[in-house]
Amino acid sequence: MTAVPLPAFIAVSTLLFFIGAAGVLMKRNAVVILMCVELMLNAANLALVAFSRRYGSVDERGSVFVVFVFVIAAAEVAVGLAIVLSAYRNRPTVDVDELHQLKG
Amino acid sequence: MIDRVWLIPALPLAAFLVNGLFGRRWLGRWTGPLAASALGLSAVGATLVFLEVLGGRAQSVVTLYRWIGVGDFRVDVAALVDPLSSVMLLVVTVVSFLVHVYAIGYMEHDHGLPRFFTWLPLFVFAMLVLVLADNYLLMFVGWEGVGLCSYLLIGFWFERNEPAMAAKKAFVMNRIGDWGFTIGMIATFLVFGSMNFREVFEHVDIASQGVLVLICLAFFLGAAGKSAQLPLHSWLPDAMEGPTPVSALIHAATMVTAGVYLVARSTPLFQAAGPALAIVGAVGALTAIFAATIALVQFDIKRVMAYSTVSQLGYMFLALGVGAPVAAIFHLATHAFFKALLFLGSGSVIHGVGGEQDMRKMGGLRRKMPVTYWTMLLAGGALAALPPLAGFWSKDEIVGAAFTNGYPLLWAVGVFTGALTAFYVTRALWMTFHGQPRDRHLYDHAHESPAIMTVPLVALAVGSAGVGVALGFPPEGGFIHRFLAPVVEVAGHTAPEHVAVEYGPILALAAVSVVAGLVGIGVGLSMYARHRPDPSAVARAAGGLYTVLVNRYWVDELYDHRFVDAAKAFAGATWAFDIHVIDGLVDRLGWVATGAASLLRRTQTGVVGNYALSVMAGLLAVLALYGGLATGVIGR
Repeated sequence: MTAVPLPAFIAVSTLLFFIGAAGVLMKRNAVVILMCVELMLNAANLALVAFSRRYGSVDERGSVFVVFVFVIAAAEVAVGLAIVLSAYRNRPTVDVDELHQLKG
Repeated sequence: MIDRVWLIPALPLAAFLVNGLFGRRWLGRWTGPLAASALGLSAVGATLVFLEVLGGRAQSVVTLYRWIGVGDFRVDVAALVDPLSSVMLLVVTVVSFLVHVYAIGYMEHDHGLPRFFTWLPLFVFAMLVLVLADNYLLMFVGWEGVGLCSYLLIGFWFERNEPAMAAKKAFVMNRIGDWGFTIGMIATFLVFGSMNFREVFEHVDIASQGVLVLICLAFFLGAAGKSAQLPLHSWLPDAMEGPTPVSALIHAATMVTAGVYLVARSTPLFQAAGPALAIVGAVGALTAIFAATIALVQFDIKRVMAYSTVSQLGYMFLALGVGAPVAAIFHLATHAFFKALLFLGSGSVIHGVGGEQDMRKMGGLRRKMPVTYWTMLLAGGALAALPPLAGFWSKDEIVGAAFTNGYPLLWAVGVFTGALTAFYVTRALWMTFHGQPRDRHLYDHAHESPAIMTVPLVALAVGSAGVGVALGFPPEGGFIHRFLAPVVEVAGHTAPEHVAVEYGPILALAAVSVVAGLVGIGVGLSMYARHRPDPSAVARAAGGLYTVLVNRYWVDELYDHRFVDAAKAFAGATWAFDIHVIDGLVDRLGWVATGAASLLRRTQTGVVGNYALSVMAGLLAVLALYGGLATGVIGR
């Protein structure tokens, strides 16, 4: 099997990360922002797995780290969605630009 | 009973607690009888203690518990029961009991009745602690307690301005005296390492004369504040704004005698500090004549009595000063009876004429209130020192002691003041009870007080008549001398044996005093009964002197202008300093914080996107820095 070269993985990972970052910065819908955060995390995962395959020894520490990121991501989504839900109950919107009660 | 002597103050304390906690809601009118019966039991207890002391238990210490024990500093809550304190106990509890009974009638219609019968037993409790204490610190507790209760009771009718002001004045002037007491107490501890009376008095010779004089003068300042001596006397006449039973109890019979008691108790200290005693005597004599002259021209019946009290307290200090503490305590005891009676009698008159206190509107009241008249006449006779009434024995002893102990000037002042005393009491009683009614309306509505008020008057009248001869006969060798002498006389200072008293000079001195008193009465009667000379003509003839007396030597005005105004100006200055400098500093610091915050708050936009952007920018900055350092673009 022809090995996909490492730079290709890194390129895709970088692309995914910046798409996610741009989404976080520009989107207004809180749910979409959470999805974009997810995209960024998975970009990092991709990079970790790729490096692990390329340089990793037998125990594949990079892959193990990915599992941790999954767990954190799951928790983050749970908390994040809960916050979005309660914000929605408070004011019927999920537009983060309208949720600016904490303005100083 | 001596071992359970703490029951005596405990009963009024219990009455205070019960009346204070449940009086307003549940007991109401019953607070009075409750307090009075507690005091009655106390009086019985005090009598038993007195009899036991008389029976031979000359000195015992009843320790309740250790109050303070820090290193060498040990203070017990302990009672010193000896002849001096047992006499005081008896006087305080008996007079308090009678005043409580009287007050049930006098305060009947007052809506603050439960409050009144809360503070009154508390006062008695504090006074008994003061009397029983076996060290200066515990005495100070009682000392402050009576001061507080005095404040509360003078200002009992605090809805009106004058009583509130009078209460404040009394409290502040007492504080000045208390400051002296505190200094004396601290100095005593520093010098003797103890505040216990017996320990201090045993080691009195380890202190130098100068230190002793300082301690004694400090204590005397305290005594002068409490006992209304010059220059701290002016609170007492104002204290007449309180209800009359309060005037009788606190400002005639008990609290104001605390200063006398303090000095008498500290006799070994004062004896060792010679000059201090001379100052005590001089201040006493000066106060006696000063207050008596003011009493000559007052028209408010209670104020006459108030200045009379100041004057009589002056006599007691005179006695202490000339080295006759027994006579001082003797006069304290007799004065407690006849002055309480005069005050309660005045209260009965005021009650009977519907609150009027101006003697110019009274007159002829003897037909309307015979019991009050006769009892007050008796007390007036005692005050004027007519034999064989109580005042004669005690006051004559003071004046006589001044002469025989070598103070002829003080003796002359005493005799002259005696004449003045006889004059003003004659004047007061004549204006109130004799002559034609000056205010027809007032006279028509006057009535004798109910039995609950007149019975204590009669009881006190019996005391005013009998206490003197019972305690003080024969002169200079009477019961009270044998009883009290061991307490107040120091080893080595023992006065000449009382057994061999020379009666010739004593009789001559007594005759002079009695003649002075009779002259005072005679002049009084001739001026007010026969108008020869007419009082107003005398006042006109005296001119400036009369003005000075009517204005009470302008002492209050002097204090107002010198001290009160100065204190107010100082308070205003410190207030301004506080507002503008201290607060100003804090305010300016606050302004800096708010100014900085109003700039910084703009960064908190509340928009999540902005925060995310700044996170991202921070990340990029960190990465750029790291990358720069790693590749060597940014040099170290």
